[in-house]
Amino acid sequence: MSTTPSARATSSDAGELPTLTATDLACRRGNRVLFRGVNLAVRPREATWLRGRNGRGKTSLLRLAAGLAVPDSGKILWGDKPVRAAADYAAQRVYVGHANALKEDLSVTESLTFLARMHGRPSDAPAIRAALERIGMGSRRDALVRTLSQGQRRRATLARLALEQRTSIWILDEPYDALDSDGVQAVNELLHEHLRRGGSVLLTSHLSPGDAAPTLAEFDLDPFA
Amino acid sequence: MGAAFSAVYVRDLRLALRRRVEALLPVVFFIVAVSLFPLGVGPEPQTLRQIAAGVVWVSALLASMLSVTSLYAGDHADGSLEQMILSGQSGFVVASAKAAAHWTVTGAPLVLAAPLIGLLLDMSNAALGTLVASLLLGTPILSLLGGMGAALTLGLRSAGVLLILLILPLAVPALIFGAGAVSAVDSGVSTAGHFSLLGALLILTALTAPLATSFALSIALE
Amino acid sequence: MKRPIRWFTFAAPSRFYWLAGLLNPWLWLIAAGLALAGLYVGFFVAPTDATQGESYRIIFIHVPAAWMSMVLYLAMAFWAAIGWMFNARMASMLARAIAPTGAMFTFLALWTGAFWGKPTWGTWWVWDARLTSELILLFLYLGYIALVASIDDVVRGDKAGALLAIVGAVNVPIIYFSVRWWNTLHQGATISMTAAPKMAHTMLIAMMLMTFAFWAYAFATVFTRAQALALERERDTDWVRDLALARKER
Repeated sequence: MSTTPSARATSSDAGELPTLTATDLACRRGNRVLFRGVNLAVRPREATWLRGRNGRGKTSLLRLAAGLAVPDSGKILWGDKPVRAAADYAAQRVYVGHANALKEDLSVTESLTFLARMHGRPSDAPAIRAALERIGMGSRRDALVRTLSQGQRRRATLARLALEQRTSIWILDEPYDALDSDGVQAVNELLHEHLRRGGSVLLTSHLSPGDAAPTLAEFDLDPFA
Repeated sequence: MGAAFSAVYVRDLRLALRRRVEALLPVVFFIVAVSLFPLGVGPEPQTLRQIAAGVVWVSALLASMLSVTSLYAGDHADGSLEQMILSGQSGFVVASAKAAAHWTVTGAPLVLAAPLIGLLLDMSNAALGTLVASLLLGTPILSLLGGMGAALTLGLRSAGVLLILLILPLAVPALIFGAGAVSAVDSGVSTAGHFSLLGALLILTALTAPLATSFALSIALE
Repeated sequence: MKRPIRWFTFAAPSRFYWLAGLLNPWLWLIAAGLALAGLYVGFFVAPTDATQGESYRIIFIHVPAAWMSMVLYLAMAFWAAIGWMFNARMASMLARAIAPTGAMFTFLALWTGAFWGKPTWGTWWVWDARLTSELILLFLYLGYIALVASIDDVVRGDKAGALLAIVGAVNVPIIYFSVRWWNTLHQGATISMTAAPKMAHTMLIAMMLMTFAFWAYAFATVFTRAQALALERERDTDWVRDLALARKER
C-alpha cells in the first residue's frame, strides 16, 4: 500500500506540522539511477515505513528528505518550501541516520548534550538524564561511548527522540538496529506519543517494527528503480 | 550562534584532552623536522641562523597540515558531521569553531615550542621574539586554510597528501610575510610592514575561509 | 527577422559536441599557421637584441605561454563557477578540459624561462617574482587536477573543483603580491624576467602571432578534450549511442 499525495498541508495551518512532500523525485549514485518518479507525502500524525531491497536507495531518500542531499530531479518540500531552503526545518526535524553520531571518547551524557545543544533542544542535565532514562540508558549515562555495545549506542542516540517537546518529523534510518526487545518497546512507545502529539515519521527498517508499533503506511521503493 | 561555537569548540578540546598523546604528535613532528635541517645542512651556527626562520616556518606549516587532515574525518565517519550540518547552525560558525579548536590544540603548542627550536638554531633574542610573534599570527591562518582543505578532501583516499598540495600554495603569502619578518629583524629593517600584512591576511582568512569551508562541507556531504 | 543564435543551446553536451567538431579543424589550421608565422618572424626576422643577443628569442614562446597560463586559469575558474551556480554539466566539463592545457602552458613558461636564464645569467633557474609566481600557479593547476581526479563522484568533483578554482583565482593576486614583496626584499639587484628588451616592431608582431597561435591551440585542445569528456559522461544517452552506431557502420 503506498501513500498518494493529496492536498498539501501548508504551515499556515495553526500549529499543525507541515507535510513532507516528494514530487517526481529521482536520485542517482554515481552513474546508476537509484530511483525515479517517486511521489510521497508524509502528513502530520502519519508514519511511513519505507521499504525496499538493499541498494534501492532507502537511505538516499531519507537523506534527501532530511535535506542533506540534493535530488537529481524532482522536488522535496516541507510544506511549500524546498527542504534545503525551509528556515524552520531544522527545528521541526529529527534525523537519526545509520551512524550514531556519538563520539567514542565522550560519555553518553556529553555526546547527547552536544547534539541537543547544536539542535537547539533542551540540553540541561535533568532533561538529558530524563531522556536517557526513558530509553533505558540511565545507568550508563556517564560511561564512555567507547565502552558501550552496539545496542546501547543505538539507544543512546535514540534518546534524542525523548528530548523532543515540539511536534516534528522524525526521519529514522534503521532505528531498531541492534536493539533488544526492551529497546524496541521503548522506541515504539516514543513513536506512539510522538504521533499522538501531531508529529510525523518516515523510517526505514529491515526488521519488523513489531506488533506494538504504531500503524505504519508502507511505501515500497522497489517499483521506482 | 555563540552557543554553537562554544559547543563545538569545547567538545573538540575535550576530545583532544582525552587523546593527549595524539594531540601532541604534531608538535613532536615539528621538533623532529626542524632538527633534521642541521643534520642536512651542517651545524655551523652562521648557516643555521640564516635559515632558521624559514626552517621553523616551513616545519610549522607541514606540522599544521599533517594534523588538520583529521579535523573533519572523525566527525564524518561517526555521523557527527551530518548532525552538525543539519542542526541549522551556521556552517560558518561551525567551521570557525573547528579551526579555532585546531589552533588551540596544534597551533598554540607550535608557537610555544618555537622558542626552544629557535635556541637549537642559535637565533638571536630579537629574531626569536619576532618568530614567535609571527607564528602567533600565522598559525591561525594555517588552521583556517587547513580546515578548508580538510573539508574539500573529506573522505578521499589520499586526503593527507592531497590536502598539502592544495593548501601549500595558498599558505605561501603567510609564509613569506611571517618568515620575512624575522629576516627583517636580523637585517635591522622594520617589521611593521610584515606584521601589518600578516595581520591583514589573518583577518581576511578568518572572514573568508570558514565560508569556503562550509561550502566544501555541504558539497562533501551531498 | 533573422533568428538570433541561442547561445545557451550549446550548454547541451550534444550540441557542444557538434559545434566543437565543426570548429576544431579550423582551429588546428589557424594554430599551425600562426605558429609557423610567429616562429619565423620571431626567430628569423626580428633583430638581434643589443644586450641579450640571440638567446632572448625564447621570449616569443615564454611570454605568450605565461599569458595563456594565467588567462586559462581564470577561464577554468569561470567555467567551473558557472557549472556550479547553474548546474550546467557542460560548463563543468569545460573547466576540467582546460586544466591540463593550462598546466602545460605553465610548465612551458617555466621551462622556456629556464632556457632564457641559462645563457643570460648562467643559472637554469632564477627565483624572480614572475617565475616563482608561475611555479605556484603550476601547483594550483596540479592541485585542481589532483582534486577532481581523486573524487569518484563526478558531481561532487565538479563542485569541489569549482570551489578550489575560485579560491585559487581569488588568491592569485595575493600570492603574486607576496612573491613580489619577497623578491624585492631578498634581491638587491633587479634581475628580472620582466626586464624585456625594448620591443622592436617586428618583435611585437612575433609576440602577437604566437599569442594568437597559442589561443587557437588552446581552444582546439580544450574543445577536443571537452568532447571526450562529454562522450564519457553522457555515454548512456541517445545522442552518444547514435554517434557510436554511426561510427560502427562506417
